[in-house]
Amino acid sequence: MAKTTRRRRKTAPAAVAATVDEVLGYYREMLLIRRFEEKAGQMYGMGLIGGFCHLYIGQEAVVVGMQAAIGEGDTVLTSYRDHGHMLACGMDAKGVMAELTGRAGGYSKGKGGSMHMFSRERNFYGGHGIVGAQVPIGTGLAFAHRYRETDRLSLTYFGDGSANQGQVYESFNMAALWQLPVVYIVENNQYAMGTAVGRASAQTELFRRGESMGIPGMQVDGMDVLKVRAAGDQAVKHVRAGKGPILLEMKTYRYRGHSMSDPAKYRTKEEVQRVRSERDPIDQLRENILEAGQADEAALKEIDREVKDIVTEAAEFAQQSPEPDPAELYTDVLLEA
Amino acid sequence: MPISILMPALSPTMTEGTVANWLVAEGDKVGPGDLIAEIETDKATMEVEAVDEGVVGRILVPAGTENVAVNTPIALLLADGEAASDLDAAPPPPAIPAAPAVAEPPAPAVPAAVAAAPPPLEAEVPAGTAMVAMTVRDALRDAMAEEMRRDGNVFLMGEEVAEYQGAYKISQGLLDEFGPRRVIDTPITEHGFTGLGVGAAFGGLRPIVEFMTFNFAMQAVDQIVNSAAKTLYMSGGQMNCPIVFRGANGAASRVAAQHSQCYASWYAHCPGLSVVAPYDAADAKGLLKSAIREPNPVIFLENEILYGRSFEVPDLDDHVVPIGRARIVRSGSDVTIVAFSIAVDWSLQAAELLAAEGISAEVVDLRSLRPLDLPTLLQSVAKTNRCVTVEEGWLGCGIGAEVAARVMAAAFDDLDAPVARVGGADVPMPYAANLEKLALPDAEAIAAAARATCYR
Repeated sequence: MAKTTRRRRKTAPAAVAATVDEVLGYYREMLLIRRFEEKAGQMYGMGLIGGFCHLYIGQEAVVVGMQAAIGEGDTVLTSYRDHGHMLACGMDAKGVMAELTGRAGGYSKGKGGSMHMFSRERNFYGGHGIVGAQVPIGTGLAFAHRYRETDRLSLTYFGDGSANQGQVYESFNMAALWQLPVVYIVENNQYAMGTAVGRASAQTELFRRGESMGIPGMQVDGMDVLKVRAAGDQAVKHVRAGKGPILLEMKTYRYRGHSMSDPAKYRTKEEVQRVRSERDPIDQLRENILEAGQADEAALKEIDREVKDIVTEAAEFAQQSPEPDPAELYTDVLLEA
Repeated sequence: MPISILMPALSPTMTEGTVANWLVAEGDKVGPGDLIAEIETDKATMEVEAVDEGVVGRILVPAGTENVAVNTPIALLLADGEAASDLDAAPPPPAIPAAPAVAEPPAPAVPAAVAAAPPPLEAEVPAGTAMVAMTVRDALRDAMAEEMRRDGNVFLMGEEVAEYQGAYKISQGLLDEFGPRRVIDTPITEHGFTGLGVGAAFGGLRPIVEFMTFNFAMQAVDQIVNSAAKTLYMSGGQMNCPIVFRGANGAASRVAAQHSQCYASWYAHCPGLSVVAPYDAADAKGLLKSAIREPNPVIFLENEILYGRSFEVPDLDDHVVPIGRARIVRSGSDVTIVAFSIAVDWSLQAAELLAAEGISAEVVDLRSLRPLDLPTLLQSVAKTNRCVTVEEGWLGCGIGAEVAARVMAAAFDDLDAPVARVGGADVPMPYAANLEKLALPDAEAIAAAARATCYR
């Protein structure tokens, strides 16, 4: 029995050999997410953003590496820690930030907020606020890809918190039964709100959670964008070959609290500091780039400046954009036939 | 010019807090993400990070200061190339801009659609159309088959819909005609396959999701309400969800409490859904075809006892009944009886009883529960001045309560008696035959309520 299990488990590949342009692109994307989220945190502190605001700081390599592995027409969806996914999908930072401030220029005209944004144009299907509920929806997008007889696939993200929701396994079962084209990505940042994985999960190796349905799993260093990319490539190849779903567990870490109002007393400062100084996805890539001579300090500084400008512009737009027209209260409840 | 670091709001409700501790001193270099201070809120002590790069030039609010209002400058940061002498030139902190004003006048408190005149009620069936006898079961099957022939994106999924031909034989023959790609047996996994259907609908398909009965859809209410009904709004109009949830609703016979509940008011409560509950075969067919063509989620409530009943159905290639219109199934002048689904049958029986006593009852079949066809109801009440509502579900927060409130608000002066409600007993459905009968409304109970509104 153990043998069968082992055969189902795939070994995570080593880091991908990416071109200089690709590597600099990943650096830029990760930095954009980092600076965007820092700005969002600051604007939350100024009262410009309300309600819940879940920041992605620390996890940037996961979404940037996976996005690099997929192609045009593949769909992406996730739960509510979603700003990074939207930026990685190519959604405009201005529209995302303006949604955070609840303005008419936001992706949902200010009616969705941090947790509810979508872009059909960029194949981003949300932004879902109920833990785990996005997993059957992502499986349904995979169903639609297959129904249309395309070779497109669904990237369905969830967290270690979602991993204990029943509907995740209902989805796994149907995806495996019908061999649907879906890559499940569990972003294991080690804490579901304030509960460490080991306090909530009987099986803490989350990549094994699909084993009983024959879904192969892979554990990946989610702090290394090149390793994520390599695993993503392998997973995409598996799914496009018609072999059904695959599950990637990304070992990652969030530096900030679960949401803005989380004092994070469930972990030590030393733990956070250790990850930041030893495993930070952006610092690691930066060092690699400099060591390999793929770019010099000046070139990286130029990227920093470029990213800073995008974020500054987004923050300004998000404050200048008007609040939604009061008449919008009653629109978009039903689509007119 | 030095950058002001402001007292941050660290929760949705925080207005002020305490600067508990500084983690940096004047002269320290900081960068984005570096911890600079600890702030105490009403709930917790939290760390604050720097956003900008620079040197801490001056700490304006010393550690231990309480009741510091959100957005008060607490420190000044010197950017690259700035010296301490620049500190005194620091401008007052930028005022947090209020959102630009909106030019448009505020919207009316009530959406215009409610007050609007009813759409002209074109004849749903052209004069002279031949009629054929058909069961509700076959009418539902034909509606699905016709729409599946019409649109390749329509498919049916649910428990036992394919090889078994439907637990209640509603999908008989569909697998043969459309094949396993479009008629899909699911595992018993309501939460999962409902969510999967919602995702397929977001992906541009038009799923028909059959619940063997709506009792089992309780496992999936989150996906129906939070995902299917709300996403169009939450996406600012981008992500519609064209999906039909259909199946048997309400009591069947002797299946006890967990299999005998009416969910009409549960779904009719929620914006973003349309809810229909047809009575006869013609409406079952015409409304299901409309539901499948809707760009929004539709809850389609059927009734197991009616499945085998035959009615006249128009012999048309494309018989479609619009959602949102009630139908007067029997004209009368003394009292309006408002019902839906199988309660229309009981109401028609009650009207017969009343006619024998000289009371002329008008029976209105709501057909759609969301939206409610208020204009048709008001026209009827204006004529009869009395109104009785009938449903098999519990009365508390029910469809009758909604109808009564709307009629009272819009036609108070037309009413000669309080609106009366008839519904199921306020208990879980019992199994014993005699108790089950007592728990459900019947023609006599409806007639009694009608007599009371006529003060007879």
